[in-house]
Amino acid sequence: MSKNFLHKAQNTLLIAALLALFGTLTVSAQGPAPTDDEVNAIAKQLFCPVCESTPLDVCPTEACRQWRELIREMLADGKSEAEIKQYFVEHFGAQVLNEPPNKFASYAVPVAAFLIGAFLLFRGFQMWLKPVKADTALEGGSGLPESEAKPIPQDDYIARLEEEVKKQK
Amino acid sequence: MIEPTTAAPRRGVPLWVQIIVWVFLLGLLGIVALGLNRAQKRSVTVQPGVEIEDFTVPLYDEYQYNGMNQVSLSDLRGKVVVINFWASWCKPCEQEAADMQQAWTEYEPTGEVVFLGVDYVDTPTNAFIYLKKFGITYPNGEDLNVTLKRPISDYFNIQGVPETYFIDRNGVLQYVQVGPFSSVEQIRAQIAPLLE
Amino acid sequence: MIAQFGFGVLVVSFLVALYSVFAAIYGEYKKSPSLVESARRAMLLTWPLLTLTAGVLIYLLVNNHYEVQFVYEVTSRSMPTYLKVTAWWGGQAGSLLFWSWLMSAFTSLVTLRKWDRDREFLPWVIVVSGVTMSFFIGMNLFFENPFAQLYQTFEGIGPHTFQPADSILFTPQDGQGLNPLLRHPGMVIHPPMLYLGFVSFVIPYAFALAALITGRTDDRWIRLTRRWALWAWLFLSFGLVLGGRWAYDVLGWGGYWGWDPVEIAAFMPWLTGTAFLHSVMIQEKRGMFKHWNMLLIILTYSLVIFGTFLTRSGVLSSVHAFAESAIGPLFFTFIGLTLITSVALLIYRWDSLRSETTMTSMLSREALFLLNNLLFMSILIVCFWGVIYPLISELFSGQKITVGPPFYERATGPLFAALMLLMGIAPLSAWGHSTVKTLGRAIWKPAVIAVIITVALFFTYTKNAIALTGFFLVALVILVTVYEYWRGANARQKSQGENIFTAFWNLTGRNRRRYGGYIIHISMMLMAIGILGIELFQVETQGRVAVGESLNLANYTVEYREIASWDDSPKGVNFTRAVVDIYENGVYLGELHPRKDFYFESQQSMTIPGQYATLRDDLYILLIDWEPASVEGATFKIYVNPLVNWLWLGSLLFLVGIVIAAWAEKDPERVTVRAGRRIQQTSAADD
Repeated sequence: MSKNFLHKAQNTLLIAALLALFGTLTVSAQGPAPTDDEVNAIAKQLFCPVCESTPLDVCPTEACRQWRELIREMLADGKSEAEIKQYFVEHFGAQVLNEPPNKFASYAVPVAAFLIGAFLLFRGFQMWLKPVKADTALEGGSGLPESEAKPIPQDDYIARLEEEVKKQK
Repeated sequence: MIEPTTAAPRRGVPLWVQIIVWVFLLGLLGIVALGLNRAQKRSVTVQPGVEIEDFTVPLYDEYQYNGMNQVSLSDLRGKVVVINFWASWCKPCEQEAADMQQAWTEYEPTGEVVFLGVDYVDTPTNAFIYLKKFGITYPNGEDLNVTLKRPISDYFNIQGVPETYFIDRNGVLQYVQVGPFSSVEQIRAQIAPLLE
Repeated sequence: MIAQFGFGVLVVSFLVALYSVFAAIYGEYKKSPSLVESARRAMLLTWPLLTLTAGVLIYLLVNNHYEVQFVYEVTSRSMPTYLKVTAWWGGQAGSLLFWSWLMSAFTSLVTLRKWDRDREFLPWVIVVSGVTMSFFIGMNLFFENPFAQLYQTFEGIGPHTFQPADSILFTPQDGQGLNPLLRHPGMVIHPPMLYLGFVSFVIPYAFALAALITGRTDDRWIRLTRRWALWAWLFLSFGLVLGGRWAYDVLGWGGYWGWDPVEIAAFMPWLTGTAFLHSVMIQEKRGMFKHWNMLLIILTYSLVIFGTFLTRSGVLSSVHAFAESAIGPLFFTFIGLTLITSVALLIYRWDSLRSETTMTSMLSREALFLLNNLLFMSILIVCFWGVIYPLISELFSGQKITVGPPFYERATGPLFAALMLLMGIAPLSAWGHSTVKTLGRAIWKPAVIAVIITVALFFTYTKNAIALTGFFLVALVILVTVYEYWRGANARQKSQGENIFTAFWNLTGRNRRRYGGYIIHISMMLMAIGILGIELFQVETQGRVAVGESLNLANYTVEYREIASWDDSPKGVNFTRAVVDIYENGVYLGELHPRKDFYFESQQSMTIPGQYATLRDDLYILLIDWEPASVEGATFKIYVNPLVNWLWLGSLLFLVGIVIAAWAEKDPERVTVRAGRRIQQTSAADD
């Protein structure tokens, strides 16, 4: 292990020590070696830094295997999930996260688009529904609502069949 | 059934809607164009003949350069700089690692040439094992850039590892080796003209 | 020599396609039917020409002509012949040629139809499809020549279309071979299916533009291309499903869909295409939302081209796979021109596309279809934003980011749920108007049963709220659809005196689009069961075990028995296969063989899972790592994917439904009734 990395570990020594105290409560504390499942649980939330859109937990390359080992080492050192993710972001860039760090920006656009769409549709309904009523009111009932004036062609084969059945009875 | 609409005066699309539509459409195309431009350009920004921007590599703790734990390109003006991108998971890098070290031992005493290893997305543990395995003594650091705020590999727009960049005494890129060297001679052949 | 011949034919087909475009425009301008006719014939000629080109390429592929760069890149001597043929679309240059070839087949088909009643469309349909085709052939000619040969010059070996001076032809001993991941049967069929879907959407688009240009903006273009759109949708859907199955079987992710930009690029035209298929019905029945349909088909076509562009231009990739490819700017120009022209035409014709009728109820079928469109568009925007956001982020803030599955799942989840709810309500509502009362009367029975099913699931299967909501909606949609079906068959049984099975059969036959659509709805729900299962209940574990030891997951026990590794030299593959015994609650079920194939040439490995599939769940075992001949043993990753097989079952039913819907409709009963009514109502609309 590089000393560079150990330095960082020293900074969190206190935390690690605290974690060790509560060893029974935390999965990642120094104790038994972290299991593959614990490693994968974190790797799942990260993407392989060098391959195209491949989550780290399923990436088969040698490089990814090493990163999973890195997660294991960090877990064994008592690092928390957040710390491990932070390390990955600092060293390999934000693209290793499976979600953009700025959650607001990523969700704002689709939500706004949906709201605008819903608003336009709502206004559309208002516009489409009004004229019929207005016309009827203005012309004092002489102009029947369209739906009554002319039957709307239904493709409803069943309805026709049912009508026929009724007639036959 | 058709009266209410055919009777309506010819209005067309309101101007403001048209403007919004076009702005939106052109904006979208603009973004894609910018992205495309970047995708196309990034393979040509760092080419032989281009002066390389200054950057600073933090060195691994086992390494020092002139007693410093980081190296800036600007400190190396007047020397030939060989930047080698590598990674411990990269098999082809292992092919050239011994040759790189051999070349370094030849050039180090002259003080005219500096080798710099840049470790591309790697884990410290494996990097350390790799460096030890090949007995590499020239300065090596992680692919982090203190000055440019983005990985050095990003600036050089490397296509993969290994890749080796030869920069002359004036900080101008002279040659790029994509893929591993297969002999020490090949490395010498690239450095020799830069020393003249 | 043969390669140059192929290139020559490609040049000729390019010129012929260009000629048809100009002849059609000029013929229209000069009002010369004979010129337009010659344009039509030129268009017809492109198919035999491109077939010849493709034949030459296949000949080169099959006969190991490694002096041709494309052949060198995608085939090798060890590949079986069928793979050599399908390697045609295994690389950039070949797949572009494949696109052009399919395109020419479709345009030829469409130009062969009787044009008597739609003469005015003909030249413009030729222009639009001709321009698209010339564009694709042009890319092959100028940027990605599949016939370029390797020549040795003083500067080294490189691909050249024509022999450079002082050079000799260079013939490598063997080719590089197709990417092993692409050798799976699913991947052999998946791209052609997607391309078929993509290309067949060009036809409705061509007609839509023809309608805009000529100003004949009634629903004629929709009626003419309805079946094209359905077939396009069939192929696209099938392609997507095959892609999913391929990912599940080959990629070893334990999943079928990763929200990868490449997948989304194919999914986006599917979304707009689906919205289009629904919304055209409003125009056919009610003469409304003509603008919207135009917009949808324009969007679909643009997304088809855009998707192809995204995956090939290197705009998105951080690993610069195709970055050097020169086709990006050309593609971009083409998309830009297409979009601008289409939107400008749409704005120009805005007035003549006004609705013939107005909306009368917010619960009418047309209103619900509009809601459906809103939801599809929202999903599209989520997808589009997810694809484009990393680009924007990198351009404007310099930060590279990844938009992964959590974003898409969270953002589209509620939208898909709302779509399912609509699927439950819309079939019960009537065209024109429906009220809460009429709808309520129709829906209460299925709704009550769905609630009962959900409560039963709560006590027996899961307490997960999302899952229960999902299962409730699934139950509702299936019940409503089956109820509608049964109502129809029942009425028919009474009126025609048929037995219930004949009644079902004839009912479907009489109104294929409607009942095919219902089958599609049901199949979608089966797929939804699978998706809910794997998304919400998937469990996994990974561990290293020695021979004789076992791993436990859910009710399953997986015991490691042995491992063997051997080389298959002719194929250039090393196989490592583990044998594991599986037990469920202690009962022996059989043995599975998870394995890892390593391809020497490409240095790539492929993880093939061992699968034990039941309707309840899928046991999916991956061999991750192993120590040959040591007590250390091997590492396995095990997934239990509940209900996932409903997804594949649903896809099969889906195919049945869509084939029914898209099959040529011969329905004298319906036609006479409709025709009679139409004449009464309006003389303006023609059929």
